[in-house]
Amino acid sequence: MKVLVAVKRVVDYNVKVRPKADGTDVDIANVKMSINPFCEIAVEEAVRLKEKGVVSEIIAVSMGPKQSQEQIRTALALGADRGILVETDAELQPLAVAKCLKAIVEKEEPQMVILGKQTIDGDNNQTGQMLGALTGMGQGTFASEVVVAGDTVKVTREIDGGLQTVELKLPAIVTTDLRLNEPRYASLPNIMKAKKKPLDTTTPDELGVDITPRTKTLKVEPPAERQAGVKVADVAELVEKLKNEAKVI
Amino acid sequence: MSILVIAEHDNAELKGATLNTIAAAKAIGSDIAVLVAGAGCAAVADAAAKVDGVNKVLLADNAAYEHQLAENVAQLVADLGKDYGHILAPATTTGKNMLPRAAALLDVQPISDIISVESADTFKRPIYAGNVIATVQSSDAVKVISVRATAFDAVSAEGGSAAVESVDIADDAGVSSFVGEELAKSDRPELTAASVVVSGGRGMQNGENFEMLYKLADKLGAAVGASRAAVDAGFVPNDMQVGQTGKIVAPDLYIAVGISGAIQHLAGMKDSKVIVAINKDEEAPIFSVADYGLVADLFEAVPEFEAKL
Repeated sequence: MKVLVAVKRVVDYNVKVRPKADGTDVDIANVKMSINPFCEIAVEEAVRLKEKGVVSEIIAVSMGPKQSQEQIRTALALGADRGILVETDAELQPLAVAKCLKAIVEKEEPQMVILGKQTIDGDNNQTGQMLGALTGMGQGTFASEVVVAGDTVKVTREIDGGLQTVELKLPAIVTTDLRLNEPRYASLPNIMKAKKKPLDTTTPDELGVDITPRTKTLKVEPPAERQAGVKVADVAELVEKLKNEAKVI
Repeated sequence: MSILVIAEHDNAELKGATLNTIAAAKAIGSDIAVLVAGAGCAAVADAAAKVDGVNKVLLADNAAYEHQLAENVAQLVADLGKDYGHILAPATTTGKNMLPRAAALLDVQPISDIISVESADTFKRPIYAGNVIATVQSSDAVKVISVRATAFDAVSAEGGSAAVESVDIADDAGVSSFVGEELAKSDRPELTAASVVVSGGRGMQNGENFEMLYKLADKLGAAVGASRAAVDAGFVPNDMQVGQTGKIVAPDLYIAVGISGAIQHLAGMKDSKVIVAINKDEEAPIFSVADYGLVADLFEAVPEFEAKL
């Protein structure tokens, strides 16, 4: 079966992002960009399903500026077969992303769409669920295990109280949590091979999707800073401070 | 315009995060309805009717909603919610699973994880693991919002006397079914609601060593959490993870043991009132947010700490 995997270009998780001085946006000029870690887990899961013989073709889709090609190439180097870039320099909100993905799903007819549960820039945790609504597919969000059996998939989900397992009819949506797998490193030969894999480019217009933002960011600011406190010499002093100064025990 | 709050519950009890979400609703307006969707959940509806500030409770009691399957509940929320100005749910795994699906059915761009209400259409929310706070204004007709419970003081569970109305809608999308659940059983307080949290990180070295933290927690009446490193290493289960993509906690006292303090972890606990860090590496970033830092070997310090309580 065919699987679609969504990958997003985001600020690398090691970068501590700061607002611009004028508070209009975050300052991401000249910072390192990477594939969103949850999207990388999504690619890895698709590749493992292919290695098990469950999946026959993996399509990696990204949306955003031209440079998002780099993240598609990363997915191709990890084992995806071909890529699609929905190119735009405009702001893309999760609803618009879900609509673009829906248009691609209608064209490609994958049996499964695997996405990260959230991106580490916007921290929205929305796109997979919204794609589920728009396509009518079932959703297995925050997945820690994915087992395909016939025309269904069992997804074990990380929930607040522990783990929950649901069964979904295929085609279905899966969004990845951290424990689903540990992504491999792309080997140099695979990175070279990825450069020759097909990568098509389209646009939201060509897909017939209106990406007009529905929300407007009025301001960005740093959070209230926490001041470092004091170092205590030993456990006795710690207990004394917690009792008499902080009065929390 | 009125506000629809989606109750968090397990068919038996109304969960505390609902009370924080109703607090956020009260900051938006005063006409508040609560939807209790589940199966055999009439007691939850009765509890919701008593909550301070609630004007009406909608009870959708049907087998299709028993396990909060997003495909079914989102359809119900969209059907009912289209006539409201705002739809709010707690930013728990249940809320995060269901709410965006309902929003897309309404052609709405939801706003996740708000930490303050600036006006009826403008909200603050953390982005980039809480390193940036964005003020976001929605132009959608219905505002669909998930609420970070720790950012709003819970309303009282008593004092209200709302009427309970039954809703006769049974949305079974027929694409998903519940298979099973493994829920952590613990006599300790729930992580997100505890007033004291003791968390362990990679420095704990293995799962057995967490026993030390459980003992300390039991002396303090605390919940036990963990960093991503400890969960990934298999020391403890996923439901204990505190951080950007795990649970957000803001207790009166947070004790970080053997946790270095990656920004992703800090995102989940830095709003705690008092933070204690115990770590043998005095350069560990956790000390930059700790009110009280103890540079020590945790295997000596934790048992001594417990003994002195």
